[in-house]
Amino acid sequence: MKRLALVLALLASPALAQIGDTTYRLEDPTQEQRAREIGRELRCLVCQNQSIEDSDASLARDLRLLVREQIAAGASNDEVMRFVHQRYGDFVLLRPPVNTATLLLWATPVLALAGGLFAIWRIRRRGAAAAAGVGEVELTEAERARLAQIVPAPDSKGDHRA
Amino acid sequence: MIPEIGHFALIMALMLSVAQSVLPLWGAHRGDARLMATASPLAFAGLVAVGVGFGALIWSFVVNDTTVMNVVQNSHSAKPLIYKITGTWGNHEGSMVLWVLTLAICAAAVAGFGRDLPSGLKSRVLAVMGMISLGFLAFTLFTSNPFDRVWPPPPDGQGLNPLLQDIGLAIHPPLLYVGYVGYAVTFAFAVAALIEGRVDAAWGRWVRPWSLAAWAFLTMGIAIGSWWAYYELGWGGFWFWDPVENASLLPWLVGAALLHSAIVVEKREALKVWTVLLALLAFALSLLGTFLVRSGVLNSVHSFASDPARGVFILGLLAVYVAGAFALFAWRAPAMAPQGVFSPLSREGGIVLNNLLLCSIAAVVFVGTLYPLFLDLLTGQMISVGPPFYNMATAPLAFPLVVAMAMGPLMAWKRAAFWPVLQRLWWAACIALLAFILALVLGGWNALPALGFACGFWLLAGAVVDIGDRSGLGRTKLANVFNRARHLPRAAWGAAIAHAGMGVTILGISGMGLATERLIALPAGGTTQFAGYEWRLDGVRDFQGPNWTSRKASITVMRDGQVLHVMEPSRRFFPVGRMTTTEAAIRTNLARDLYAVLGEERDGPTGQREAVLRLHHKPLAPWIWIGAGIMALGAGLSLSDRRVRIAAPNRRRREAEEAARAGATA
Amino acid sequence: MSTATSRRNLLIFAPLGVALAGGTGFYLMLRGLQDGSFNPRGVPSVLIGRTVPEFSLPPLESSGLPTLASADLLNLPGPVVVNFWASWCVPCIIEHPHLMALHRRGVPVYGVNYKDRANDAQAFLTRHGNPYTRLGMDQPGRVAIDWGVYGVPETYILDRQGVVRWRWAGPITPELMSQDVNPLLDRLRA
Repeated sequence: MKRLALVLALLASPALAQIGDTTYRLEDPTQEQRAREIGRELRCLVCQNQSIEDSDASLARDLRLLVREQIAAGASNDEVMRFVHQRYGDFVLLRPPVNTATLLLWATPVLALAGGLFAIWRIRRRGAAAAAGVGEVELTEAERARLAQIVPAPDSKGDHRA
Repeated sequence: MIPEIGHFALIMALMLSVAQSVLPLWGAHRGDARLMATASPLAFAGLVAVGVGFGALIWSFVVNDTTVMNVVQNSHSAKPLIYKITGTWGNHEGSMVLWVLTLAICAAAVAGFGRDLPSGLKSRVLAVMGMISLGFLAFTLFTSNPFDRVWPPPPDGQGLNPLLQDIGLAIHPPLLYVGYVGYAVTFAFAVAALIEGRVDAAWGRWVRPWSLAAWAFLTMGIAIGSWWAYYELGWGGFWFWDPVENASLLPWLVGAALLHSAIVVEKREALKVWTVLLALLAFALSLLGTFLVRSGVLNSVHSFASDPARGVFILGLLAVYVAGAFALFAWRAPAMAPQGVFSPLSREGGIVLNNLLLCSIAAVVFVGTLYPLFLDLLTGQMISVGPPFYNMATAPLAFPLVVAMAMGPLMAWKRAAFWPVLQRLWWAACIALLAFILALVLGGWNALPALGFACGFWLLAGAVVDIGDRSGLGRTKLANVFNRARHLPRAAWGAAIAHAGMGVTILGISGMGLATERLIALPAGGTTQFAGYEWRLDGVRDFQGPNWTSRKASITVMRDGQVLHVMEPSRRFFPVGRMTTTEAAIRTNLARDLYAVLGEERDGPTGQREAVLRLHHKPLAPWIWIGAGIMALGAGLSLSDRRVRIAAPNRRRREAEEAARAGATA
Repeated sequence: MSTATSRRNLLIFAPLGVALAGGTGFYLMLRGLQDGSFNPRGVPSVLIGRTVPEFSLPPLESSGLPTLASADLLNLPGPVVVNFWASWCVPCIIEHPHLMALHRRGVPVYGVNYKDRANDAQAFLTRHGNPYTRLGMDQPGRVAIDWGVYGVPETYILDRQGVVRWRWAGPITPELMSQDVNPLLDRLRA
């Protein structure tokens, strides 16, 4: 309890907050949860590829504290993110904002899936057209003989199903 | 003297690889059997030469030969012997020698096991491997010579990065290299097939074991790397979507697609062009990883000290191998025979879906990793692509993949029906639903981990259904079922086990999603209640290691007054190199990990010294890596299947097996 | 059929195209790394082209220097240099002679002392010399966060209107002085 009282005292006088109690956590578990979620979205700028929640760098500690102060002061998640974004730019956001520069990045899952489906559709159509003439493409006798010569015949048991 | 022998051996290996890349290829082109026959001896000789070089380098590290620059920069006499040895490949130059050695071992394996390979294919495969070896030996010798001397020798080395002084990190790179280099073999097979202009079932049967082996090693390598990050970095995470981690994940994803599509080539002679492309891609992505880690275009905790000049050299190699192979692909692939036909709803169709989703995930990871670099290059804008992006962009692709994973093995080749498959899986679906509801209720209404639990159980149950179905469960007597299960092909068991392993890993990851942590400052003797346990800090004391000093905390974990664990997290200081590392203490009972990290010490509000502790409770955490081990085991089991084994079995063994099978069905 | 074949051929060329484009990009990156035009760690400041956020800092009493507030960074007689530093920061010692040189040449150098103790800061100035004409103490490091500073030392150049024109994260080197700092100051003074 004494520690909590101290934390509150620190909050009241920001000049003292530089001691930056590294164990500072919000009392309200839902608020603390929110702080943690925000922290995971923010990059620790001095380290590589770590969020401020995952880093022990002094700036990361400061930002953790800052996020929690703002939440305690009643700021919404968006407001806190905007506060940090205004100061550190896009680089601080581990989830890049959607804009013209990142459109291609965000579209990748859809593009990859759609492109793949399109390619499969085209190739199947061609394959079907080809097969209409030739019928099922199976091994020729010569190929079968060669296969048997190279590697033992496949064990068809247990792998073919009705 | 020994370093000169090593240096000379590497130069010899370079010469041999020149011969290996030219003679067999020329022989295959001319149909000259004598020239083709040089391939295997050259591969064996290359292995001996690189082996001598690597041995000489290890020797220099073991005796701490400070006239060798590499030893001075990366070793120290006070280091334990085991880390002197592993330090050989804990640096850029040494790791390149290990890389080349692994390649030489694989080439020798192709030469040794591939006695039954058609001589043309074999010569071409070994020639392509010779070319790869040539490039990387030249890179090692000309830009990163591990045997450079320094005179006068300094009294002692400058020590190894303490983060690297760790057993996990000592075995992680060799496993990864075997994985990467394994894809060099499938790459060589693909290039040889393109040169020959034909891909057939036999080709598929040769590519499959190599893709399986490479994938199994890569799985283990990635898992150990992730485990290392978990216990060494001290933040309790296991996957950070770091560019270097992504670089190893890319060949893993594409390699997983490859080992599935190779089955289709072998069994159905379909997807040939696609499989060749995957084989090229898997190795191209392995090389891309090498380039990213060593060139300095990206910065990461994992990357080696980098040098743009080396980067240009590797980029040149990439251009030759990757662009060369893709150009060959564009030229020769249209000439490949038309593909086998199958219905979209069939085992082949399932594997196409698997390939589509795996490659889409790979595309997301690929673009996410490179996007910031290219955006910076083109516009100067700096963005970060971090875990929130990857989680959000890959989950919608991974979910259908997991759903399909349990269904695919139940489908028949060529044409399957949907409803019978679903009927066989209905109880697996019930289990998944039950897991979802239970996880939702017990896990505090967290939808995402609950979905993960459902996926994990779906895969586990799916694997059981798969094996049961293959053994005739429900169609015949139980005794027969067991008998048939025992005699199922190992590939069938391997697939089921690997899929179940994925399920186990997903369960572990989902458990991690429910992890809790507490950051607290405690004085000696102070206690706190967390995650249902009572944690008491007994004290913090000094501790002296071989080449480091540390502060070590002792924490007693109790439940209901009973002592469960004594945990000793510490902070190590390495005077040589002036670095501090955190050593997390982890105690597991398989159902959960307790994880403690010692932070700073300071004067508390009442004037007494306190230590900042970070305590984590991580349900099911160990299963992430156990699952990866099971996946690798499944791949290994599949590899040991007589049908895919590299050496063709002799006739007698085959007859014995046939007799056993006949007995089983009788 | 022939159009289908040619379209299929385009698909077949896709991997080669991606590889070549990627390779060219990587080559340009490596070139940029060598001549310094490409830096994967150099994060541009959000403040470039803008005036600084509002702030006011307490002074370092013992130094007798006037303190620093945002009001002091508007309508200036000439360009100024703002330097974030700390006595515990080793690179700050390395760049210190360059700040002294700027000071001697009459360029106003304003200091923000970051997360430091007054005694230590004073000892640093006494020992290495004082380049600052104004000095504010940012003990909690909050003003630094408002500026988007992510470590010390960090140096900004502001024009007469108080608009940030240049920022460098890390110690100032002789190359930076001759290539960036001095030419920019000359231009802003003209």
